Amino acid sequence: MSAYQRATLHGWLLLLPAMVFLALFTHWPAVASIIESFYSTPRARRPSRFVGLDNYEGMIADPVFWRALTNNFWFAIGTIPLSIGLAILMAIWVNDRIKGQSLVRMAYFTPTILPMIAVANIWLFFFTPQYGLIEQIIGIFGGSATNWLGSKETALYAVIIVAIWKEAGFFMIFYLAALQGISPSLGEAAAIEGASRWYYFRRVLFPLLMPTTLFVLINAMINAFRMVDHIVVMTRGGPDNATTLLLFYIYQVGFSFWDTAYAATLTCVLLAILAIMALVQYGWLERRIHYR
Amino acid sequence: MDRREFLAGATALAGVAATSPAVARAAEVSFFYPVAVGGPITKLIDTYAADFEKENPNIKVRPIYAGTYQETIVKALTAHKSGTPPVTSVLLSTDMFTLIDEDAIVPFDEFITTDADRAWLRGFFPAFMENSQTGGKTWGIPFQRSTVVQYWNKDLFREAGLDPEKPPQTWAELVEFAQKLTKRDAAGTTTQWGVQIPSSGFPYWLFQGLSTQAGAILANPLGNRTDFTNAGVVEALQFWIDLAQKHRVHPTGIVEWGTTPRDFFERKVAMMWTTTGNLTNVRTNAKFPFGVAMLPAGKRRGSPTGGGNFYISKKATRAQQEAAFRFIRWITTPERAAQWGIDTGYVAVSPAAYETAAMKAYATEFPPALVARDQLPHAVAEFSTRENQRVTKVFNDGLQAALLGSKPPAQAMADAQAEAERILRPYR
Repeated sequence: MSAYQRATLHGWLLLLPAMVFLALFTHWPAVASIIESFYSTPRARRPSRFVGLDNYEGMIADPVFWRALTNNFWFAIGTIPLSIGLAILMAIWVNDRIKGQSLVRMAYFTPTILPMIAVANIWLFFFTPQYGLIEQIIGIFGGSATNWLGSKETALYAVIIVAIWKEAGFFMIFYLAALQGISPSLGEAAAIEGASRWYYFRRVLFPLLMPTTLFVLINAMINAFRMVDHIVVMTRGGPDNATTLLLFYIYQVGFSFWDTAYAATLTCVLLAILAIMALVQYGWLERRIHYR
Repeated sequence: MDRREFLAGATALAGVAATSPAVARAAEVSFFYPVAVGGPITKLIDTYAADFEKENPNIKVRPIYAGTYQETIVKALTAHKSGTPPVTSVLLSTDMFTLIDEDAIVPFDEFITTDADRAWLRGFFPAFMENSQTGGKTWGIPFQRSTVVQYWNKDLFREAGLDPEKPPQTWAELVEFAQKLTKRDAAGTTTQWGVQIPSSGFPYWLFQGLSTQAGAILANPLGNRTDFTNAGVVEALQFWIDLAQKHRVHPTGIVEWGTTPRDFFERKVAMMWTTTGNLTNVRTNAKFPFGVAMLPAGKRRGSPTGGGNFYISKKATRAQQEAAFRFIRWITTPERAAQWGIDTGYVAVSPAAYETAAMKAYATEFPPALVARDQLPHAVAEFSTRENQRVTKVFNDGLQAALLGSKPPAQAMADAQAEAERILRPYR
């Protein structure tokens, strides 16, 4: 065996454990879901059989699926730009030398380290009609009472707010790290040239933060499809499916209805959406934002 | 995972593999149970298991806390599909059809051999057995069971000029009392509601109180036919909507199940409908005298039962199943059923349990504990069908759509019925 071959063998052996786990827990389940989506759900007396595209036809005819998809779309639109915007604002604010800097940083980061289930339970009481925190504040200003989680019009906004609150602090950490990597001489130069703070942000800081923004954007998009813990606690998809998101629906179909084949079909849709987003971001966006 | 955890896991796996030949000597019964109410449930269950082992040295009971009801059935069914399910589990009584269809459980009939066994089986409240038997067989044994009751705040009754010892007995009284108990400020904002019937998550359960009172039965005993378009169902739903829209004594929109007891403690609502399982919670947290009563009557009285049954797994060995049966029979004897009821707030499962000295002493000290029992003769099986969770969701969606005003009640129920028909047709 030549030295080159041995090195190759070593390399593969070192990769093997990670590859096995990746294949076993990531790739195989994905492939299995795709295969399973073409079969019927096995029942005790009716074994699974090949049904072709039946599951997909059922899905297209399923109003709850479309509801979940639309909800997820609005959930993404609602959470992504706002949480990123907030994260940038908070990062710039705590990057400056202010009094109690670490305290403020910690305060912003706290939502991230709290478990989502606990957070959702706290927010459940914030949104409580009549004596909930939000109702009390609105009450002071003389607003009328709203049943935030209990009406179709507001329930989705309520869960979006929780998601933003939870995410912004997390993204702030990345922006803070990026900001600290930007040389202060740029800011000084801009100040000497008489550029306003907004101009400096728009033409210097923001472009330099673009790689971070890409990373955060990917994470935010994934999270928009991945975060369902608070739905389970706060609304269980209700009222009347107003807050059913795709992943929550998959769980419901899979583990409440035990319709595993249909759950696999829905999973394939989720996989496809995420794959397309990853392709767009890595294939197209990334090429446009690196300057060096 | 560090190495120590890995080794521990490997040892546990080896232990599981090693139990199979050991069955002949001592049957080991793994036992999944959920925790759905407050209190030291885990400790209680462990104590029961230890006491049982002392009396039956050749049986080992291994209780495994498995999360909520939903998590427990997910774990039990996943384990069933992979071939090593728990020998016995406590799961919702409404999951009976799902478990039968998954071929996951065995009926109890084959273990019931002696006259004493038969007497034990006859000893449970008939209302609880409705959800435990189908097709002439017994598939579940009632254990932690509950029902819906109404709680009322005696202080607020007094303030409103009502007799604090007299809860509403009929729908008409419910509306009349609730009107007196609803308070609005100068701006017209309601500061105190008359009554609250939660409608989040599982509205069908609370609604079943109303529909039973209106004389409707939602599903047949075989679980393959629903009756959502029954005139009583629509009438009951209209009554629920009217409480909020017409009489304005009930909050509009969806009322959250989880915060309803809290609303009651905060004096934001004078009467609430919720499970008997909240009895201990209310007793601890209500800072005012409160009463517990049967639900008011429409055409008749009525309430659904709820809660969990014991099931025995089909894939366990015969020896394990026998051992599990011994344990279930032991833990549901009147003395232990009484103690379990006192410790948790669940309804004791047999009339004999209410005749025990411990339960009698408890009832003297805290009379509301008996209300659930007194309501049981009026109780019906909790709504349950084939494809239970799917049909239930269709029904819940219909109820919520009507409560939110996006569909008229008759329309919402007709849509739900059509969808349920589609799901249930293959089971006829």
